[in-house]
Amino acid sequence: MNRSWRSEIGWFALILPAFLLMTVFYIAPILQVLAISFTEPQPGLGNYERLFTSESIHRVIVTTLRICLITTVLALLLGYAMSYTIALASPRARRWWILAVLVPLWISVLVRAFAWVTLLRRQGLVNNTLLEAGIIAEPLALVWNEFGIVVGMVHYMVPYAVLPMLASMREIDPRLLSAARGLGASRNAVFARVFLPLSLPGLIAAGVLVFIFSLGFYITPAILGGGKTLMVAEWIGLQILDLIRWGLGTMMATMLVVSILTTLAIFSRIVDLRRIFGSGA
Amino acid sequence: MTVTGHALGFQGLTKRYGSFTAVEDVSLAVERGEFLTLLGPSGSGKTTILMCIAGFVAPTSGTIRLDGRDITALPPEKRDFGMVFQGYALFPHMSVAENVAFPLRVRRMGQAEREAKVRAALDLVQLAQFADRLPRQLSGGQQQRVALARALVFDPALLLLDEPLSALDKKLRAELQEELRALHRRVGRTFINVTHDQEEALALSDRVAILNHGRLVQQGAPAALYEQPRTRFVADFLGKSNFLQGIVREAAAGRIGLSVGSARLSQALAEDGPRPVLGSAALLSLRPEKIALLAEGESAENEALGRITTWSYLGAGFSLVVETPDLGALRVVLPTWRAPIAPREGLEVRLGWSADAGVPVMDDAA
Repeated sequence: MNRSWRSEIGWFALILPAFLLMTVFYIAPILQVLAISFTEPQPGLGNYERLFTSESIHRVIVTTLRICLITTVLALLLGYAMSYTIALASPRARRWWILAVLVPLWISVLVRAFAWVTLLRRQGLVNNTLLEAGIIAEPLALVWNEFGIVVGMVHYMVPYAVLPMLASMREIDPRLLSAARGLGASRNAVFARVFLPLSLPGLIAAGVLVFIFSLGFYITPAILGGGKTLMVAEWIGLQILDLIRWGLGTMMATMLVVSILTTLAIFSRIVDLRRIFGSGA
Repeated sequence: MTVTGHALGFQGLTKRYGSFTAVEDVSLAVERGEFLTLLGPSGSGKTTILMCIAGFVAPTSGTIRLDGRDITALPPEKRDFGMVFQGYALFPHMSVAENVAFPLRVRRMGQAEREAKVRAALDLVQLAQFADRLPRQLSGGQQQRVALARALVFDPALLLLDEPLSALDKKLRAELQEELRALHRRVGRTFINVTHDQEEALALSDRVAILNHGRLVQQGAPAALYEQPRTRFVADFLGKSNFLQGIVREAAAGRIGLSVGSARLSQALAEDGPRPVLGSAALLSLRPEKIALLAEGESAENEALGRITTWSYLGAGFSLVVETPDLGALRVVLPTWRAPIAPREGLEVRLGWSADAGVPVMDDAA
């Protein structure tokens, strides 16, 4: 007992510097910011009351949830199709696929958002092509609205959807798929009864990851939404930077953190998140 | 036992992967209700043949027929063959009952009938009380039996087994061999088994087909193969054997005389077999258990003096290596019960065997 107790202390001593660093430079400032939501403009729960009474706050929350849900669903659909292709591809093809998935991750989110603006704006490539082809008479409103935000966010999120799903699909023993066919299952039945259920943990993990990431999106909605469609993160920025309403802004930030932690807590009961995100494997 | 199985045959089956030939021109017929084992070392093409039968691998040439009907181009799910995969390939997200129900479910069988069949199949392998467990909660032997139940539940035309016992430990393997054999008698279906384990092949099968380098080397009943191997490879792969390389010195009806070094050996031949040419080379396979230790005054058709160089105790038998001046090192197996000697290194012994103990075999290089 004594010995193990000592070795435990030893391990804690090893992580102590990192722990102090995190506390001083990360956790403490965040807690401080969150505390402001109870103290500004006057101490109390006044800011949180606005959560139930303010029409504009409701609108922001509903918009955010709607965009996040649509983004999550689309990113999962696209990501699942891609992961499926990658998981069943030959090792050579798989390397290129994975590279193609990862490259966008290394490009600045700002660059990607502006790239979408140039593609989607009224005189952009998409509208011009459609106009010249005679498919449409008037340019479509593809950007500076919810559609533009969703396009940009799905594009950003697909790699985050692919990686956990691919990890879980690569764990599926290919012999199970052969076995299913050998036992009389058509290709569709093999997918529906064997592949899909076995890849479900990855799908759920990807869904949680994408949804949580989407909740806090700032740059992409700010650029592609053109300031007309407000999501939570941009709204917080607006409160703090432009309207100097720290209390309201930090209240929303607190709610964001709480809802993300709640989502994680719920899903960690359903699936083993640690396994899916690759630790302890 | 009622024979409800189907007959399977393949003609000129060949599978090439680029320049590599996995299976070359193998033809074989499996009778209704027969238990056939494809036996060979790894890389002999046995698994490729099974995968061709199952439909997972398309042969480069050759045809596969089920009861005379060409099924070469049929996809695996249309063949209605039960298969027990290496490592069992049980679906980890389904309970034992759901695993067994899977083939029925994808055939859209009604619930009542499905449940009855699943119960019957689980009873067949004595796993009814484990129906609600997940595969990972079962032992290796139980998983193997679930795989069997799953492969048999839909009354398949034939049952394919890919190294069904290789993942199990030795004792369990012996038990399940007996069970598998009994199961085969009970269900009366055609079984095709693939293994690299010669003991398993001998114990289970009605007939064994031995493969090497993608070719069929010899086929026959286990006893016939063991007693009358045609080539050195077969004699060596099925059990252990001594090989004596000699030159034919005399040839009479049913008997030849050989010289091996300075020793003269007498060897019986099949009466109707071809008579070897005088002066030609001959190779004999001599099983270790067919060599006896001669006591004082005893004699045998073939005798050799030698000295024990190593020996080991195997429980039921002693395994000796006896170094002889003319025939080289000979492996000898003696029953331990009332063994004529207590083996000891350096002990001088006289070995003896009858003229029909050895079998002339072909060298595989030829």
